[in-house]
Amino acid sequence: MTQQSILLDGLPVPFEEGQTIMDAAMAAEIFIPHLCHHPEFKPQGSCKLCTVKASGRYVSACTMPARDGMEVENNSPDLNDKRRTMLQMLFVEGNHFCPSCEKSGNCMLQALAYELEMLSPHFNQFYPNRPLDASHPQVLLDFNRCILCELCVRASRDVDGKHVFSLSGRGITKHLIVNAESGRLADTDFSLTDKAAHVCPVGVILEKRKGFAVPIGQRRYDVDPIGMQVERLAHRTTTEEEI
Amino acid sequence: MTDECVGAERLGELLQPIIDGHGGDPGMLVQILREAQEALGYLPAAALTAIARAVGLPRARVEGVAGFYSFLHLQPVGRYRVLFSDNITDHMLGSVELMDRLCNRLWIERGKVSEDGLVSVDTTSCTGLCDQGPALLVNGRAMTRMSAERIDRISEMIRAELPLDDWPREYFRIEDNIRRRDALLNTCWPAGEALRAALARGPEAMLAEMRTSNLRGRGGAGFTTYIKWESARRAPCRGEPPERYIVCNADEGEPGTFKDRVLLSSYTDLLFDGMSVAGFTIGATRGLLYLRGEYAYLLPALRENLARRRRDGLLGTALCGQDGVCFDIEIHVGAGAYVCGEESALLESLEGKRGVPRIRPPFPVTVGYRGQPTVVNNVETLCKAALIAVNGGAWFAGLGTKQSTGTKLLSISGDVEMPGIYDYPFGVSVAQVLNECGAGNAQAVQISGPSGTCLGMHEFSRHVAFEDVPTAGAFMVFGAHRDMFEVARNFAHFFAHESCGFCTPCRVGTSLVANCMDKIADGHGSQYDINEIFKIHRLLHVASHCGLGQSACNPLFDTLNKFRPAYERRLRSLDFEPAFDLDQALAAARQMTGRDDPAAHFGLAARVPGVTT
Repeated sequence: MTQQSILLDGLPVPFEEGQTIMDAAMAAEIFIPHLCHHPEFKPQGSCKLCTVKASGRYVSACTMPARDGMEVENNSPDLNDKRRTMLQMLFVEGNHFCPSCEKSGNCMLQALAYELEMLSPHFNQFYPNRPLDASHPQVLLDFNRCILCELCVRASRDVDGKHVFSLSGRGITKHLIVNAESGRLADTDFSLTDKAAHVCPVGVILEKRKGFAVPIGQRRYDVDPIGMQVERLAHRTTTEEEI
Repeated sequence: MTDECVGAERLGELLQPIIDGHGGDPGMLVQILREAQEALGYLPAAALTAIARAVGLPRARVEGVAGFYSFLHLQPVGRYRVLFSDNITDHMLGSVELMDRLCNRLWIERGKVSEDGLVSVDTTSCTGLCDQGPALLVNGRAMTRMSAERIDRISEMIRAELPLDDWPREYFRIEDNIRRRDALLNTCWPAGEALRAALARGPEAMLAEMRTSNLRGRGGAGFTTYIKWESARRAPCRGEPPERYIVCNADEGEPGTFKDRVLLSSYTDLLFDGMSVAGFTIGATRGLLYLRGEYAYLLPALRENLARRRRDGLLGTALCGQDGVCFDIEIHVGAGAYVCGEESALLESLEGKRGVPRIRPPFPVTVGYRGQPTVVNNVETLCKAALIAVNGGAWFAGLGTKQSTGTKLLSISGDVEMPGIYDYPFGVSVAQVLNECGAGNAQAVQISGPSGTCLGMHEFSRHVAFEDVPTAGAFMVFGAHRDMFEVARNFAHFFAHESCGFCTPCRVGTSLVANCMDKIADGHGSQYDINEIFKIHRLLHVASHCGLGQSACNPLFDTLNKFRPAYERRLRSLDFEPAFDLDQALAAARQMTGRDDPAAHFGLAARVPGVTT
C-alpha cells in the first residue's frame, strides 16, 4: 500500500492510520500553534489555537483525523489572525502579567503571543478575582494565569489516578477547582512528584522556593521561538525538568 | 426545605434514600444532585462530599457538575426563589419593571438572598411561556401572566410565608393556546394506536415508511430522521449488556420556543407512542426523555402517563401482547443549561456529567448514551414518527414541500394578537403566518430563536422550510415600535450566560460581545465597537466547538445589517470611544465621601460650575 499523506500548506505530509492532522504535522516538524494539546494525553480540542482549514472547513487539528489527500491550510494570514484574536481573548480573560511571572520565557501562552506577533491584548480586560492557593507545602497555585486547557485535569486523572483537579462553573465563570471540601490544595493528595505538577503550559502550578533558577532571557522560549521547537514539543514528556 | 447546613448524621439520612433510589449510579449524578437539592434547599459542601463518596466519584468531579447547571446551587438560596423569565418577549410584556417592583416591595437587591434567608429574586433564561408572559418560576413552579397586581399580591404572600400550595391557582394556570391545527394537532388517537400500527408493519417496513416520508428533525438542524434510525439500527452494540437507546430531546431551551411544552402536556401519548415506535424500529429497549429543568412541573403528569401505559401493556415486556418486544421509558430532568439541547451535550448530561458537547465524529448513532448506539430526536420529530406509523410515509411526504415534508409547529409570540401554537405545512410564507396570528405592524420576525434568522419587512415573502428559512419553531414578532438593538442585546446576554465555556472563542467571545452591546447601550459606543462585533462574529462562526458558539452572533449580525440605525443612533461618535469612564470610576468614591460637587467629578462636569451628574 502506498503511503497516505495530507497536503499541509501545499506540502505532502505522510501519516499513519489513526493519526490526527496535529500528529502528522508534528512528526514532520511543522508547527501548528496549540495550547491544550500535549502528545502524552488524549486530545480535547478546547483552546482552538490549532484551528486549521481542512477541505474548506475550519477544524481543530488536534482532534481531526487525517485523511489521505486532505488539503490543509495552516500557516495563513487568515488563520493566524484568528489565532491571534483567540490569544488576545485568553490574555484578557485571566490576569497575565508577564514581567513578574515566574514562568516568563517558559510559558507557551507568552511564546505563542510572540510567535503570532500579538502586540497588545486588544480587548478590555475582564480582571477576574482569582485568589491564590498557597496552602500546599510544595506547590503554589496561581489561578490568575489559568487558561482552562485541562492538561492538569487530564494528567491527574489519566496518569496519576488522583483526580486532583477539575473544572466548575460555565461560560466566562468557568474555573479550575481542586479535589477537597475546603477547596485548598493542601487538603488533597497532590504531590510535586505527580505528572500533573509539571504539565501546566502557563504559570498556574509553581514549585515553591525555586523561583527564577534560570534567569529571564536564557529560558526555553527566550532562546528559540516556539515555532522552531516542534521536535521538542512532539517528544516532550511531563517528566522532563523545566529549564 | 431548609436553608441552613444540616448535621452530618442528618445529611446522611436525607441523602441515603436519594442515592439508593438511583442505585448509587454515578451516571445518575445530575438526578441525584437535583433531588438532594430539593431535600436540602441547596448543595452545601458537605453534601457534595457525601454524594461523591456514595457514588464513587472524585469530589471535584461532583462539584464541577453541580457548578455547571444554573438550577443547582452551591450557596444558600431563599426559601422562596423567584426567577423571572428573561426572554425579550417577557421584557416586551413588562417583566423588567415587574421584577424591579417585586424587589422594591420585598426590600431586596436582585440576585441576592434577603438577610433573613426568606427570598431571592433573579432572572433565568426563557421559560417557554412566551405566549402567556411575563412568566416566572417560583421554586421551580411556573407562573404566567404577571401583572403589577399579581406581583404585589405575590410579595404579600412571600412576606406572610404562605405555602405555594395556598397561592391562587390561576397564577399557575398554563394554557395550550393552540391556534391552528393541521396534520399533527388534529390527531386524537387512543394511546398505543401508532405503536400497534408499527408493530403490524414490522421494523423493516416501518423503516421503509420513514424513508418514504423524508421526515427531517424538528429540533432545528433538519437532519433526515430515517438516516439516524437506519445508522443506529445497523451500528454494533458495544457495551455490556448490549443496548441501543432512543433519547427524546425535550430540552426546549431556544428562547421563544414552547411547542414541545404543549406536546408534552397535551399529546403525551402520541410522543410516547413515537418513542416506542422508534425503539421497536431500531431495536432499542430503553427510551430516555430528557426534560428541561424549567418544565419539571410537567413531571407528575408524565410519570402518571408512563405508569398507565405500563398497566395497559404499552410499555414494559411484551408490548401490546407481543412477546419479545420490550420497551420502557424513563425521564431525566435537566437543571438549567441551554447547551444541553445540543445532542451530544445532552448525552453528557444524561450520563451525569457537565453538559459539554462532545467531539464528533463519532456521532451518537454509533457511540451515544453510555457508548451505545443512540438516536436523539426532538419531541415533535417523534410525534411525527407516530403519525407516519399510522398514516404511512407517502401520506406524510404529500404534505409540505418536497425537501421539507409534513407540517411544522410554530411557537408564535411577541407583538401579535393571538400568540400560541400554530401547525402549518412547511412552505407557508412568513407573511401568511403574520397575517393569521394578527401581527399588524411587524417590522421584524426572529425565526428559530436567537440562533436563527432575523427577517425584516422586505423578507416577509420568504417561506418557512429547510430550503428557505429553517426553524426549530420559534417565531417572535417585533412591532414597528420595538427597538431592535435591545432585542439583539438581550440575545447577546443569553448566549454569554449559556456558553458552556469549553472552547476559547465562545467562552470569551460571547462575553466580549455582550459587554460591547452594553457599552453601546450606555451611550459609550462607536463605529469601532460595531467593527469589533463583526470581527468576533467571524471568529465564533468558524472556530467554535459547537452550534451555540457558531450561531451566537447571528442575531447581532442580522440586526446590524438590517436595522443599523437602531445601533447608530446610540453611538456617541463614529470614532473610538474608550470603555473606561473616568468620571464613572469616581462614583464609588463619591458615594463613600457623600460628595457630589464639581470637584468630585472628572472631565466636563468638573469644568462647568453647578453641573452634577
